[in-house]
Amino acid sequence: MSSVTLNNIVKRFGNFTAVHRSSLEIPEGAFVTLLGPSGCGKTTNLRMIAGLLDPTEGEILIGGKRVNDVPIHKRNLGLVFQNYALFPHKTVADNVAFGLKYRNVPASEIPKRVSDALELVQLPHVAHRYPKELSGGQQQRIALARAIVIEPDVLLLDEPLSALDANLREDMRVELKRIQERIGVTTVFVTHDQSEALAMSDQIVVMSAGRVEQVGAPEEVYNTPASEFVANFLGASNIFDSQCTAIGGGSVTVDAPIFGQVAIPADKAPRIEGQGPAKLVVRAEKLHLSQDAAPEGGVSVPATVETVDYQGQAVRYFVRAGDTQLQAINMIDGHPFNEGDQVNLHLRPQDCAALPG
Amino acid sequence: MGWQIVRAWTVLVYLFMFLPVAVVVLLSFNASQFGSFPMTGFSFRWFVELAQNEAILRAFRTSVVLGLLTALISTTLGVLASLALVRYRVAGANLISTLLIAPILVPEVVLAVALLLFLNFLQINKSFTLLLLGHVIFTLPFVILVVQARLVSIKRDVEEAAMSLGASPQQTFFQVTLPLMLPAVLAGALFAFTISFDDITGTLFWKPGGVETVPTQIFAMLRNSISPEINALGTVMIVMTVGLPLLGLAIARKLSTKGGN
Repeated sequence: MSSVTLNNIVKRFGNFTAVHRSSLEIPEGAFVTLLGPSGCGKTTNLRMIAGLLDPTEGEILIGGKRVNDVPIHKRNLGLVFQNYALFPHKTVADNVAFGLKYRNVPASEIPKRVSDALELVQLPHVAHRYPKELSGGQQQRIALARAIVIEPDVLLLDEPLSALDANLREDMRVELKRIQERIGVTTVFVTHDQSEALAMSDQIVVMSAGRVEQVGAPEEVYNTPASEFVANFLGASNIFDSQCTAIGGGSVTVDAPIFGQVAIPADKAPRIEGQGPAKLVVRAEKLHLSQDAAPEGGVSVPATVETVDYQGQAVRYFVRAGDTQLQAINMIDGHPFNEGDQVNLHLRPQDCAALPG
Repeated sequence: MGWQIVRAWTVLVYLFMFLPVAVVVLLSFNASQFGSFPMTGFSFRWFVELAQNEAILRAFRTSVVLGLLTALISTTLGVLASLALVRYRVAGANLISTLLIAPILVPEVVLAVALLLFLNFLQINKSFTLLLLGHVIFTLPFVILVVQARLVSIKRDVEEAAMSLGASPQQTFFQVTLPLMLPAVLAGALFAFTISFDDITGTLFWKPGGVETVPTQIFAMLRNSISPEINALGTVMIVMTVGLPLLGLAIARKLSTKGGN
């Protein structure tokens, strides 16, 4: 178990810069997710930590030691890939034992270590099968067992759940987190799936176009996005060009189109430093459609339902207020509204966030 | 009605292709001392005489040694070339690939004459080594084609996983890459052996005086007379050149279903 530090890392491929100068501190034992759309540099970062790519500039430290010149096979890492990457010509037991052969593990101890690892991933009975005889989810568990049996300093997971079916993915998510907590290994998880990131991480690193947009705990990243990109990438947000008109008394007052003056708690607008242009961020699930009057302290705006996107337990509405289209995701209470319904949009100021304009 | 004609036509095509071969095999068991019909009885006589003919045995040994060495060298070079072309960024990889495959496209006579002229220019005499070199040149493309195709299908992830687990690049090659491409390597080696064993055009140009391979030996014997021994030799050749690749294919299939992806 070790911390991982990226110090002023830059990665260029020819003229293309995949990772702009960035630094990152991953504490010992933490579960840190690199989250972003494809091409944002998250996998490039992971591959640099793994030693599969060399950074163009900057340093990588694992457990405080510079590893730039240490080849991958001497870094003691566990690596899990999206498509499992099991050795097709070896049995499950031989796959799991593979890494132990290159460590000073006595031959007599190997079977025990292998069966413990298979026990941990809850597949003790498949030791003598070949990978292709297993389902995708089982193969990924074996890949995980193979990576952790060597007691790696850092566990690197490259979109490990993306190739699995939706239901299985959620089971594996819980399972993966359970195993990580149990062995307490420092884990770097790469994904483009925001719900995986929110559910599993201690810290989320949101990346876009080779830059780190925000680093924070899931709640922090979700509720107080540091940029428009983060607000849009984690869930759906309505963002309005506004003016900050007053700061003080624990709140930041923003004059936004449609909603007028909204007094947002200061901790939801930590990056607003003074009056001037600002952006009001309203999450789609915080905007409530209702036919009642506004609740106390809330803002209410009349609107027309334009599109109804029924999703089972929730429904996504596109509504129009004046010239502006907004989206709202509401739990279904009774039955959903229909297209063309006149509704009131309710919004509580404490559910908003503000960004510098 | 239409299908009847297609069926009959297919049979005719197969007869056209395989009847001469069948005739050779059939006549090799003919007891008559003329290598032609009618059959006068069933006999292994010509196989026995074959086994006692010093010239043929010598040619056979030469062919086998030549074929094995060709297979060994071609396969080694072919595997290395494929690894370089598929796994590493090589400047001009496409050009190199085309050049390596080119000997298949160039008529063998042209290739044979070209190599001979080139060696004359360098004032190097014909030798067994030269003959071997020639065989390597035109069996190499087959090895590369087969091995490259297999290597492309072996995901880089698997090798990366092995290295992350502590295997050095060399250990990764012998533990993971080579076992996974073994069917293709064996198939390539068999191709190389069979093509070398079978070759006559290039061999006629390149062989030093006094050295004969089985095909050139047959060719030489045919100039004198059509002996029934040649039918027997033909049968042996057919068994070797058809049987070996089939055997190889069966082994390759067995290996790849055991582990394959």
